[in-house]
Amino acid sequence: MADTLRGIGVSPGLAAGPAYRVAAPPRLGAPTPVADQDAELARAVGALATVAVDLTGRAAAAERRSVAAAEILRAQVLMVEDPALAEAVTDAVHSGTDAAHAIDAALAAFREAFEAAGGYLAERVADLDDLRDRAVAACLGRPMPGIPAPGHPFVLIAHDLAPADTAGLDPGDVLALLTVAGGPTSHTAILARALGLPAVVRCAGALDVPDGTVVTVDGGTGQVAIGVDEQTVADTRAAEQRRRQRVGRSTGPGRTADGHPVALLANVGSARDLPPGDDCEGVGLFRTELLYLDRTDAPGRDEQISAYAEVFAALPNRKVVVRTLDAGADKPLPFLGLPDEPNPALGVRGLRVAPQRPAVLRTQLEAIAKAARTAAAEVWVMAPMVSTAAEAAWFAAECRDAGLPVAGAMVEVPAAALRAGALLREVDFLSIGTNDLSQYTFAADRMCGELAELLDPWQPALLALVAACADAGQAAGKPVGVCGEAAADPALAVVLAGLGVTSLSMSARSIPAVRDALAAHTLADCRRLAHAALAADDAVAARAIVTG
Amino acid sequence: MPSRTVTVGSASGLHARPAALFVAAAAAEPVPVTIRVGDRRAVPARSMLSVLSLGAKCGTEVVLEAEGEGADDALDALADLLARDLDADAPPATAPAGTGDG
Repeated sequence: MADTLRGIGVSPGLAAGPAYRVAAPPRLGAPTPVADQDAELARAVGALATVAVDLTGRAAAAERRSVAAAEILRAQVLMVEDPALAEAVTDAVHSGTDAAHAIDAALAAFREAFEAAGGYLAERVADLDDLRDRAVAACLGRPMPGIPAPGHPFVLIAHDLAPADTAGLDPGDVLALLTVAGGPTSHTAILARALGLPAVVRCAGALDVPDGTVVTVDGGTGQVAIGVDEQTVADTRAAEQRRRQRVGRSTGPGRTADGHPVALLANVGSARDLPPGDDCEGVGLFRTELLYLDRTDAPGRDEQISAYAEVFAALPNRKVVVRTLDAGADKPLPFLGLPDEPNPALGVRGLRVAPQRPAVLRTQLEAIAKAARTAAAEVWVMAPMVSTAAEAAWFAAECRDAGLPVAGAMVEVPAAALRAGALLREVDFLSIGTNDLSQYTFAADRMCGELAELLDPWQPALLALVAACADAGQAAGKPVGVCGEAAADPALAVVLAGLGVTSLSMSARSIPAVRDALAAHTLADCRRLAHAALAADDAVAARAIVTG
Repeated sequence: MPSRTVTVGSASGLHARPAALFVAAAAAEPVPVTIRVGDRRAVPARSMLSVLSLGAKCGTEVVLEAEGEGADDALDALADLLARDLDADAPPATAPAGTGDG
């Protein structure tokens, strides 16, 4: 009988296969006395050889994905096989140092030389540190740090995953993600949905699962079974195949079982993110930051026009909601020349930048208007970080001056949600960014993993603010959408529809599962579940009402 | 002792791919070869970590030295390699993709 663990399912789907853990870097304790120098040397040499074999395998696996990544790994192999390193380690062991400390000291000497050389070499210090962690882990009999590479598809288990951890991840090799920490808005959840991988977060005990244990993961219910038999693996894979076929079959606009429409839109950063084919009703969040990143001066009007026009041209007669530049102290852009702030999340960001740098917004709105005239897409514009009706009115006036007829405000600040009716007197629509709205409602930093529970989009307080916006929208007869990660959770999508949200925008991959969930409920079901979720004591209880 | 003075020809310097190619070539030679920059300590040419630590850039003058049978041939081959731009046929770097949200 298999053991069962339970976490929060954040990306639907079933997976079965052997699990491997991402180990933390080994901790190097106090030096230990060496009784047998020959045995100690053999241990050190063996550790270096183990790392060389492991990295050689990784280089071969990386080859088909990225030649550059493979070259870095091969350079690391040359380093760990370096006769000068072996010599330094041998000398240290012969003078009485234990294997792990000998390797640490030998690499530290080269590290110093790299740092002194500066430039490119200083950047390679991270490669040396990685080698050190691996070799020390091998000496101490600890699991290799970093993303495992067992050479076959596997379930990845980690404490939590940061973007740096997953940069080298080959999605073709990963069956599912399973983390002990994190939450529904963590990087793990976002990545899993973008890649279409089942994922379970906040799964206590997951790191105790020995490497190679066969597990099943249900990214919908959050159930994880440990040590399952072959039959269960086969059944799980068959069930996942059926699920994929079912999800793959459904197409067309989002609607409930009784035909109430809920537009399913895509979040994109450029034309590259658009879903292939015709399977989306439009774009609910076109992030324009991509154009502005890593530049010393603002992108010119013409450059912007062509980038926007590319997206508009791909979506004739469909809605594209463009979010104006969302930058500021939290996402600094050099050309804005804004001063550092002690508390950037609460500082000059989003629309708050515009009064200080009016030309940046004006140029962007002109470029959007010009691009809109070249294509048949229905172009809407919205501003990030709106807090008051006055800000919304100012933005709407700027849009109309630029010749953009439909202007909206994002609701990311509780003040905006509480005054949704007043905002809707000034603008044509609202779009709720649930990630930031969670952060500001719970005074919980989005980047702080320990606060993931507060940032759970099922928190009844967050749902109450969404309900306030949706009610205001219904009263005004104006659309209110959701464009945060919450929209990508199929079970939560049902609740959002029941609260009266008129559109859901998410990464394109998440659309089919959300469409399925909506199609399985009538509007009356959605309303009943939404009402129950709003009345729940906490996020866990709210989720349980829908997922059972 | 036979020696060759040569200017590093690779655009990125004696780093990354050029360093890897140079170290592999040095390891294949029958005699041990050393490399140094100016009056600094000579290091084994077959040691990746030592060669990288030189921090030699494009245009840096380095001295190769070797002794014994085949030393001159080895030095000629390695000097020729160093003088070339080994980045010229390098693959393009891949850019990481980021995720963000609304």
